[in-house]
Formats: sequence, structure tokens, C-alpha cells
Amino acid sequence: MTLIAGSDPEASRAKGGASRWTTRRVWSLAGAAVLVAVVWAFYAWNGAQTTAVLSGTVRAATLLVLGAMCGMIGERSGIVNIGIEGQFLMSAFAAFTIASISGSLFLGVVAGVSTGLAMGWMLAAMAVGLRTDQIIAGTVLNIAALGLTSFFYDRGRSLGQLKYQAIELGPLADLPVVGTALFNRPPLTYLALILVIVLHVLLLRSVWGMRTTAIGEHPGAAATVGIDVIRLRYLNVTLAGGLAGLGGAYLALEAVGTFTRAMSGGRGFLALAVMIFGRRTPLGAYAAALFFGFTTALQNQFQLNDTFDIPAQFVGMLPFVVTIIVVAAAGLFGRMRDPAALGQPYEVR
Amino acid sequence: MPLASVVLGLVLGAVLIAVQGHSVLSAYGALVLGGAGDADAVLRTLQKATPLIFGGLAVAFAFKAGLFNIGGQGQLLVGAAFAAGVGFGIDGLPLVVHLPLALLVGGIAGAAWGAIAGVLKATSGAHEVIVTIMLNFVAGNLTDWLAANPWQDRSGSNIIARTPLVEPSAEIPTWGWLPAGFLLAMIAAFACWFILERTTYGFEVRSVGANRHAARYAGISVGWIMASTMAVAGLLAGLGGAIESLGVDGRFEAGVNVGLGFEGITIALLARTNPIAVIPAGLLVGLMEAGAAKMQFESGVAPEIIDVIQALILLFVAAPMIVRWLMRLRDADDRRLTLGAGWGR
Repeated sequence: MTLIAGSDPEASRAKGGASRWTTRRVWSLAGAAVLVAVVWAFYAWNGAQTTAVLSGTVRAATLLVLGAMCGMIGERSGIVNIGIEGQFLMSAFAAFTIASISGSLFLGVVAGVSTGLAMGWMLAAMAVGLRTDQIIAGTVLNIAALGLTSFFYDRGRSLGQLKYQAIELGPLADLPVVGTALFNRPPLTYLALILVIVLHVLLLRSVWGMRTTAIGEHPGAAATVGIDVIRLRYLNVTLAGGLAGLGGAYLALEAVGTFTRAMSGGRGFLALAVMIFGRRTPLGAYAAALFFGFTTALQNQFQLNDTFDIPAQFVGMLPFVVTIIVVAAAGLFGRMRDPAALGQPYEVR
Repeated sequence: MPLASVVLGLVLGAVLIAVQGHSVLSAYGALVLGGAGDADAVLRTLQKATPLIFGGLAVAFAFKAGLFNIGGQGQLLVGAAFAAGVGFGIDGLPLVVHLPLALLVGGIAGAAWGAIAGVLKATSGAHEVIVTIMLNFVAGNLTDWLAANPWQDRSGSNIIARTPLVEPSAEIPTWGWLPAGFLLAMIAAFACWFILERTTYGFEVRSVGANRHAARYAGISVGWIMASTMAVAGLLAGLGGAIESLGVDGRFEAGVNVGLGFEGITIALLARTNPIAVIPAGLLVGLMEAGAAKMQFESGVAPEIIDVIQALILLFVAAPMIVRWLMRLRDADDRRLTLGAGWGR
């Protein structure tokens, strides 16, 4: 494995720029400090509203980070997944329908995750197995999910019970500022947070993570040291679909509590931006998801009160405009690099 | 091959209809009658097909340069909103001036919107798929705001986010069953074909699409081709939106055109990115959409079956191996649709 670890781009990048790393650390620490100060000031000024915004931030970020992690496992393995939107929608539908029929939220989550896995497998079958163009394969998933869920959508069906309710984590929930937002959440939010940390370690430290990076950077080389590229790509894209499936279940059973037509509302695409923004690492993606979630929460608050006279639509544009600027700037300054074999089908010769 | 995909899609759609306990024959019969049974039906089909053809061309044209334009939605929205803005905002102009002006402004708005993605791709390598997706959301918010604030219809007690009706001098005429907008769509398709196949510019576009690096060595300005191709794509989608506002809805209303821009992807892939083939592809999907209401009325099948059939057709077009295996076809047609390398730079 040493050979493969040596080709890890993170490692080689860190070698080159020790000084740049420290400057960047200082800047991000300073940024974080300013952020904390601002949030604290707002909390002192208007506690209830700040709590509402922070809770909304975490609520929106949970879905985004699940989608982003689905996307990054695929991309690290060399597969572009623009079908996250469809995976969200289809699994939200399955989770809601099964939970409604069975009366069990847990069975609903199982159905959502299974549907996500199935959608992931379909993407893998098209993109890895049939070597269809990956972007077209993802588009097919999106259009199919919208069509199927609309066709089978039953307007009269309801969940028949409460959606997932918040669970207080003892004294942590009483902390000022972040108590309610982070430690008084429903169960799937906690699960997502755990997954972020676990996946971060796995992707950057484990043998599986190294192999995944290898098949995304140089599948040919990976194959020569005995990695079954096709099989690992299938496995990764399918498992990643399970994360999007959990996102769909979260959307239907925890965030909203019902299913409506096209309810994913473009957040599967936004998750792609979150992934790129977070440099394809789970923790980075969570930071990006919090930022995007913050703009969503802010937009909702602006609609509710009129202290600030900014039209909600302009706040709504913010994450998208920021993404465009970041993606363009990243290209201009060469700060970000895609996995080398991204988008290319691998053929066994 | 696309024909086989259409047949397979319809067959699987029939299975779904049958599983739901409806009569396939009466459902598909009503679908065809509702889309082509009389003059009204034909008019509906042609009206539905017009933005689909423009949207399909917007995807197909960019495809020729190796760019995937998912931004048809946003380009269509700004085109529709700005055309309506000119349509209701100016009065006293004769039709021969007002209508072309409104169309032109809509087209330019779309072109500008498309060009953003093209210029960013050319200068910084920002992937057009990400940028156009983001621009769709920005366009949605921007046109929402326009329709809900500065351009809102203030007549009576209207609270809907929509513009006033456009002046009669900016309305696109309809002759019997033939909407003039459809003629524009046909002209646009032939113009795209001509530009791509018969001009130096079109050759350069196709060269960039075939091999970016080879094109650069041949002295073609790849950046210019990318930027201008996306502008042309945006122009086409913007015109489609403008015609929707000026010829069908008579105004711009926030949220009514959602999804129209995405169907262009289906149309373009169904036509295998051939501009002329976009016309029959648009007519086929237009007919299904026009007949869906009658189908629901007469046989009780939910109109969303159309979306399912579209997705199935797209799946079969995208993965020809499935079709070949299912139909036991053994022809030599092994062309595969490719966009090149992922987010490739």
C-alpha cells in the first residue's frame, strides 16, 4: 500500500508548501474567531432569533452534507454523480411511503437507504458497467426519479404520525448559543454528524480510503497492484447512494414530515457545490454545508420578519453566486485539483 | 436506435398503465387524439413543442463543442421574463417593431446568461455543469423577484407574482392551428444545422468538441469557441422562453415554466444532438404532453406517466447496450454519446 499512499495528492501537496499551510491556518482561525464573535453578538442582541437561525442552519446542512458525501465518494473513485437530486427524491418518496404504510419511521429510513443503494447501483451499472457517459447517466436518474415519484405520488397519503422529534443530549442541550442547534436535534441529524466524522477518518486514513483515491487518480496503476477497479467503483458508488438515501429519508421523515412532488428542490445539485467547496473531504463539506445552510436559514428568517429590508430572493441567490465565484476562483488560482481519472470509464484490457 | 428506444419506452409505459389497471389502448388512443385529433389538439402540440425544440437546440448546440448545457432552465427564464418586460413595458410601437424587439431582448438576455458559463469555462476552467446549475437557481430567484416586485401586475387585487399582459403589438400571432412561434423553432433548427455543418465557425465548434487540444494546435481559439457556443445556446433557450411569454402565456409568471428547460436535455439526447432531428423529437414529446390531459380525462391515467416514459426513452438512448440486448439488434451502430472527461479541464 505504500506505493499508493505515496501517490495521494493530499500528501504530496502538504510536502511542498509548509509555510502556506501555516498562513492558511492562521487565516481560517482568525475567520472562525470573527464568526464566533459575530454570532455571539447577535445572540446577545436577539437570542430567540439567533437560535432559530442556527437551528435552521444545522437542519439544512444535514441534508447537504449527506448528499455531498455521496458525491465525494463517487468522485474520489472517479465517478461523477449528478444524480444526487434524483437519489434524494426517490428515497424520500420510498421512506415516506413505507413509513406511512407500516407506521414505523425506522422501516421508512430502511426503505429510504435501500432505495438510495439501489439508485447508486443503477448509476454504477450505467457509468461503470455500461460505460455510459457519467453526466448523462446522472441526468437519467434525475429525470426518472422526478417522473416515477410524480406518477406514483398519492396526494391523499399522510405520514399518520409525528415526524422524528428532537432528543435532548442532557446538559449539553442547555449550552448557550449552540445548545439547541447542535444538541437538541432529532436522531438522523446525530447519525449524519457521526457519519461525517467516521467517513472523514475512513477516506483519509484507511486502506479503503487510499484505494478509493487510487482508482480515482490512476486506475491503471491501482489495477497493477491488485485492486479490482471495476468492483471497487461499483461498491463505492452503490454505498454512496445509501448516504443520499439517508438524506432522502431525513428530508421526508425528519426535516419535513411528508412527501411532496419535487421536494428535493435542487438541493442534490447544491450538494455537489458543497462537495467542491469542501474540497472533497467530509469535514470540509460539513463546514461548507453549514455556510450554505446558514444562507437558507437567513432567507427564511428574512421572510418572517422585516428588520432587514433585503428581498428574500437576493438572499436566496447568495449560495449559488458564492459557488460560482468559488469554482471560478479555484480554477483561476489553481488551488483545487480534480481526481485525475474523474469522468473516464475504466476498461479492463 | 432512437426509434427503438422510443418503442421500448412506450412499451414499458404501457406495462405501467396496465399494472395500474387501466386500458392501454384507450390511454394511448386518447393521448394521440389529444395531441393530434383536431386543429385545437395540433395547435396545443405545436405550442408545447416550440420551447422543447428551442431547449433541445440549446443543449445540442453546446454539445457539439463538448459542453453540457444544463442551464437551459435559467436561460429560458431570463429570456421569458425580459421579453415580457419589453412586451408590457413599452406601448405605442407597431407590431413589426415591438414584437421583434421583445424577442430580441429575450434572446439577448438568454445569451448573456449562457455566456457567463462559457466565459468562466474559457477563462478559469470552471465546469459548465456546475456553473449552469447554479445560474439556474440565480435566474429563478432573479425572475421571481422581477415578477413579484418591480414588474408585478398591480391591476385589481392581483397578488400573484406575475407581470401584466403584454401589449397586443408584442403578441406572437397564431394562424389557425399554426402558432408562428413554431415556425421560428423550425427556422432555428435549420439555422443551427447550417451553422454547424456549412460554416467555418461550425467546423471550429465541432473541432473543439471532438478534440480540444487538437483544435488548439490547429489554431482555433478554444476559449472563444466555448464562450460563443454557450452564448448561442443561451440565445436559443432565451428565444424559447420569449416565445412562451409572448405567444402562449401572454405574460411572465414566476414558477410556471419550471422544468421546461430541463426537458431540452431529453430532446437533445433523443435527437442524438442532431439539430434537424430535434424537430421530430420535440414534436413527439410535445404531442405526449399535449395529449396527457385528454388521456387522464378519458382513461384515468395520471399525466405524469409522460415523464416516466420520457425518462425510460432517455435511459435507452443513453445506454444503447440495453436496447441492443433487449431487441437482439446486431447493427454496427456503436456510436456513444460522450461529453469527455467529467469536470475535465
